[in-house]
Amino acid sequence: MAYFSQQLINAITLGAIYGLIAIGYTMVYGIIGMINFAHGEVFMIGAFISLIGFMICGTLGISSAPVAILLVLLMAMAFTAVYGWTIERTAYRPLRGSFKLAPLISAIGVSILLQNYVQLAQGARPKPAGSVIEGGYTLFSADGFDVRVAWLQIVIVVVTVVLMAGFSWIIAATPLGRQQRACEQDMKMAALLGVDVDRTISLTFVMGAALAAVAGMMFMMYYGVVDFFIGFLAGIKAFTAAVLGGIGSLPGAMLGGLLIGLIEVFWAGYFTSEYKDVAVFAILVLVLIFRPTGLLGKPEIEKV
Amino acid sequence: MTDGTTAPLIEVEHLTMRFGGLVAVDDVSFAGRPREITAIIGPNGAGKTTVFNCITGFYKPTVGRLTLRGEPDYLLERMLGHEVGQKAKVARTFQNIRLFPGMTVLENLLVAQHNKLMRASGMSVFGLLGLKRYRAAEAAAIDKARQWLERIGLVADADRPAGELPYGAQRRLEIARAMCTDPRLLCLDEPAAGLNPRESSELNELLVSIRDLDGVGVLLIEHDMSVVMRISDHVVVLDYGRKIAEGAPQAMQNDPAVIRAYLGTAEDDADA
Amino acid sequence: MRDRLPALVKDAALTALVAAALGLFIVGFKTRDAGQGLFFDYQLVDLAVAVATIFFGRLGLQLASLGLKWPSFALGAALGVIGAAPLELPSTFLHWFVVIAGVLIILRTIWPWANAALATARHSQRGRAFGQRGAKWFGAILLAAAVLMPFTSFADQKTMDLAVLILTYVMLGWGLNIVVGLAGLLDLGYVAFYAVGAYSYALLSTQYGLNFWMVLPLAGMFAAAFGLVLGFPVLRLRGDYLAIVTMGFGEIIRLVLLNWVDLSNGPAGIGGIPGPTLFGAVFAETAPAGKQTFAEMVGIPFTSNQRLIYLYYIILLLALVTNFFTQRVRRLPVGRAWEALREDETACKALGINPTNTKLTAFAVGAMFAGFAGSFFAAKQRFISPESFTFIESAIILSIVVLGGMGSQIGVVLAAVLLIGLPEWFRDLGAYRMIVFGLAMVLIMVFRPRGLIAHREPSVRLHPARAGP
Repeated sequence: MAYFSQQLINAITLGAIYGLIAIGYTMVYGIIGMINFAHGEVFMIGAFISLIGFMICGTLGISSAPVAILLVLLMAMAFTAVYGWTIERTAYRPLRGSFKLAPLISAIGVSILLQNYVQLAQGARPKPAGSVIEGGYTLFSADGFDVRVAWLQIVIVVVTVVLMAGFSWIIAATPLGRQQRACEQDMKMAALLGVDVDRTISLTFVMGAALAAVAGMMFMMYYGVVDFFIGFLAGIKAFTAAVLGGIGSLPGAMLGGLLIGLIEVFWAGYFTSEYKDVAVFAILVLVLIFRPTGLLGKPEIEKV
Repeated sequence: MTDGTTAPLIEVEHLTMRFGGLVAVDDVSFAGRPREITAIIGPNGAGKTTVFNCITGFYKPTVGRLTLRGEPDYLLERMLGHEVGQKAKVARTFQNIRLFPGMTVLENLLVAQHNKLMRASGMSVFGLLGLKRYRAAEAAAIDKARQWLERIGLVADADRPAGELPYGAQRRLEIARAMCTDPRLLCLDEPAAGLNPRESSELNELLVSIRDLDGVGVLLIEHDMSVVMRISDHVVVLDYGRKIAEGAPQAMQNDPAVIRAYLGTAEDDADA
Repeated sequence: MRDRLPALVKDAALTALVAAALGLFIVGFKTRDAGQGLFFDYQLVDLAVAVATIFFGRLGLQLASLGLKWPSFALGAALGVIGAAPLELPSTFLHWFVVIAGVLIILRTIWPWANAALATARHSQRGRAFGQRGAKWFGAILLAAAVLMPFTSFADQKTMDLAVLILTYVMLGWGLNIVVGLAGLLDLGYVAFYAVGAYSYALLSTQYGLNFWMVLPLAGMFAAAFGLVLGFPVLRLRGDYLAIVTMGFGEIIRLVLLNWVDLSNGPAGIGGIPGPTLFGAVFAETAPAGKQTFAEMVGIPFTSNQRLIYLYYIILLLALVTNFFTQRVRRLPVGRAWEALREDETACKALGINPTNTKLTAFAVGAMFAGFAGSFFAAKQRFISPESFTFIESAIILSIVVLGGMGSQIGVVLAAVLLIGLPEWFRDLGAYRMIVFGLAMVLIMVFRPRGLIAHREPSVRLHPARAGP
């Protein structure tokens, strides 16, 4: 029971991170129907910027953890968002109206490009990051096993919930969200009605990248290590989360993230950790084959 | 060419198609006969294309039976999408032309003869070895394609990419491609859309020759009433997913229900 | 010009600002692990130089696109000279960066002229005839050169190694071209079938003593069987989902090879794989008991080059078989159906073509050729481990196909030489190689989505005499 509870806590933390990345996939897919293959790399860049941000805070002598976290959070979101914006502007926008696999191939190119750019600029070796928040709270002890929730885990879950609520509000209640939903339904019609489609799509990428940056920062703090390759696996898992939840659906992305976190942690905890990634890939394949609309997605009707 | 004298080729019985809460087609029944052109008409959104998509295997109807009479009979609603073309020999064209734009005109017509050529090539083995049997079959297929190109006047354009052809030629090519599958039933979704008057009358001749020379049953969705009146033998009128009238073209012209559907009643004049 | 200048400068400054924001953390602060935690190596000067270059580069490109030839030409030349000058820049990379910016501006400046000249040449009667016959001649000359290559004076160890490597990628590219180029199925897990072929040979030769030529067809069959089993459930999916799922399969196979130690020996890999033999003769200085060496069999003195030349001819043969098969199958109904599926799947269904089966054949045939190439790889390397079969490998093969022009056979050769050959020749480029791959994929999609060689030759003509459109 204690072991189970501990795993559950860990799984929710991990699920929160996946959910944040998954939102980026799902928003972009919803609005322009493309899989932003480079999104995992954006997350990786967010993690790097956060790591460097914390080091800069250290250099500047900012010693208060909450101040540093807030500063780095804002910085990482802002600067990673520039990546999201640039990628859309240079690699995807010129391809609207090109043949259907073109954006995906371009996205794979961006992904390779970013990975190797970071490898070149920052080196290939994993970067150990010191911990920012230490300690935790022992919930209860049973079977000679302490169930602990780290302060960091609380921070991750709280920040995730707040951001998700914030973004859901943006989509649901602001003019920007309305424009996004309009573009999702019918881009041509939205343009005719005066929605600036280009700007709306740009902002979607910016929002997705900002959330990925938060996920990157959480990941960096949680695992204490980053390297240029973390985007690949995390990206795939978050994409799986988005598909599992129903791609295009915001609550679906959060639910999917949570489920993938649960599956991964419990698989590793109760079976073998070697095959935990295989389990996630297998789920991706199975969901796409048997329920491509995911848990909360709407069915697509083939237009002929 | 009179109604009810020949045995039907396609029988649509109680066809209903729902998408979620939307009833696109509601309990529609009609029949199409061999060597006849049956026109399906109705205002936009009446469910005409949905009927086609059910007949040609793209949608699974919610309720209803679609029978293609022959030896044996085929229950189309139970067949996989491609089997409707392959086994039941139902061919179709699309409202927005769907050629293989990067392939040449001739190649388009050869792809249509795929199943026949596939057998002749021994699932590609004979073909890879370059056996005579396959070469003869390919020559026959090219010959058939040439005959159709002559009928639609595109022999000179045979080696051009289909996507480069002018619009009217693409429409004709799509019909020729459907005919190259040796269909028993040909379903044409607005073949005259976007054609100028000259092209439109050429199309009429082509369709009449397909009916009379090739002996194929034709289902035709069309908005251009002059085409419908001139060439169809039987007309089915749909509105809001229901069949509101059926009969000879001249009779339909004067049917009050049809006139109401097209022109609207006094109160919904504004929408019509 | 003068009234446009402020707008141009503003645009260039904005671009530079974005570049500065992009580079600030990742480039400006290089983290270094010094044993006890991370330290910064400040690279802010590098960043400043790069940002300045981007400012002038953008300005130059904008000037060129407005047709202001002389200013843009001057700017390009200036950047070129500055980059090449022996200034004390922090890294050689920056020198290159500045030079490349200059070259790009100059290319952009002369592009309208070059383009117009090319277009006239292409559309002239002679140009067309030349283009068609030229392609044939080019292929024939390339083939002759490839066959004679080992006997020329270029054929030293290094060149032969590289030639074998390039040919391996040409073969993989041609194999993947069937799947991506002809059938239009974006397969991101192609390397999985390569791995199946490699492990088939490695296991069958080390465990059961089968020789290369016996295993080769088996390896192709295994890989094709894998293709069928994996393809069957997934080929109904939409194009982009298919891409992701095939990538997932590629990773699953790699992870299984990594973790199923009993079968694959895990990360340690399989060593001691025998090289290919010729009529039972081995290519080594001394033969194992009961066998003879090739040198003994033919009666010539042994040189280490013999093995390489033999490997070279094997991969050349395998690649040519792949090419011959593709050329032939394009003219068969199944090949035309592949292309038709790529063009419009819905229309195919309406014509009674079974899309799943047709895709499956393309997938399995492509897998088979990867299987062949995989066994060759194992026989050449004599050691394999899961490390050789990562997603990056699939991405490299895909970028060869994309860059070459999807469906173009000669394009694949060009792209393989460019993408594999150049970085190996210029070792310094090695570190930037993957960046160039990624960049090339984006640029090709943006500027030339049909690849270097965009021409498609019809599979059949009604009017063979009147060649040309």
